Amino acid sequence: MTVTLRYFAWVRERAGRAEEQVELPADLETAADVIGWLKGRSPEFGHAFEKPEIVRIAIDQQHAQPSASIRGAREIAFFPPVTGG
Amino acid sequence: MAARIQEADFDIAAEIRALTSGQDVGAVATFTGIVRAGAGESRIAAMTLEHYPGMTERALADVEAEACRRWPLTASLVIHRFGRLVPGDNIVLVITASAHREAAFDAARFLMDYLKTEAPFWKREERASGETTWVHARPSDDQARERWAQPRAVPSRKP
Repeated sequence: MTVTLRYFAWVRERAGRAEEQVELPADLETAADVIGWLKGRSPEFGHAFEKPEIVRIAIDQQHAQPSASIRGAREIAFFPPVTGG
Repeated sequence: MAARIQEADFDIAAEIRALTSGQDVGAVATFTGIVRAGAGESRIAAMTLEHYPGMTERALADVEAEACRRWPLTASLVIHRFGRLVPGDNIVLVITASAHREAAFDAARFLMDYLKTEAPFWKREERASGETTWVHARPSDDQARERWAQPRAVPSRKP
């Protein structure tokens, strides 16, 4: 499955990129699975996701839980807790 | 109901006029968030706001739609800026208009509490030394939002 992955704020800085198109392994089912896979890609991604419990997720621009299914997703984003307003 | 994400500043009086002109409005509430310098070692020189284009607009539209379900609003507007801002600059504007003050006050507060936890914005502070740090989310913002999940905890709320 090809998806666009997007990273924001310090997740983006640590990962060293803002977005990318990737072919996800077929056995990944949830957003947490994607984080687990990303963590193992490089030391930079390991650093970005060293505390996965604080990273927030959006699937197709809607907030999502780590347990959310990624089936059919076109865009998955990872970012710190939001601090607007 | 409208939400705008922009780099440019906003003119509060002009926005109120545009929003309420020709409408039968009895009450307008506004909230403005402003960049604060702070004091001592934590004093900041500037703040840069990053956001998630596309999702930000959607999240603000969802929050406004929820406000309209909960209160009889005649009109509402949210403007949120992004980019580099310095102390004294406006960050965010919420305007709510209704027949009576209660709905306008409560909906404005609700919109701010919700957008603080829902809208994908991130602040990075810049010190005079040039050092930059990402602002941490505050548990009190989550608590502020939680109040609205329990309607009975907000005695002034009308259906």
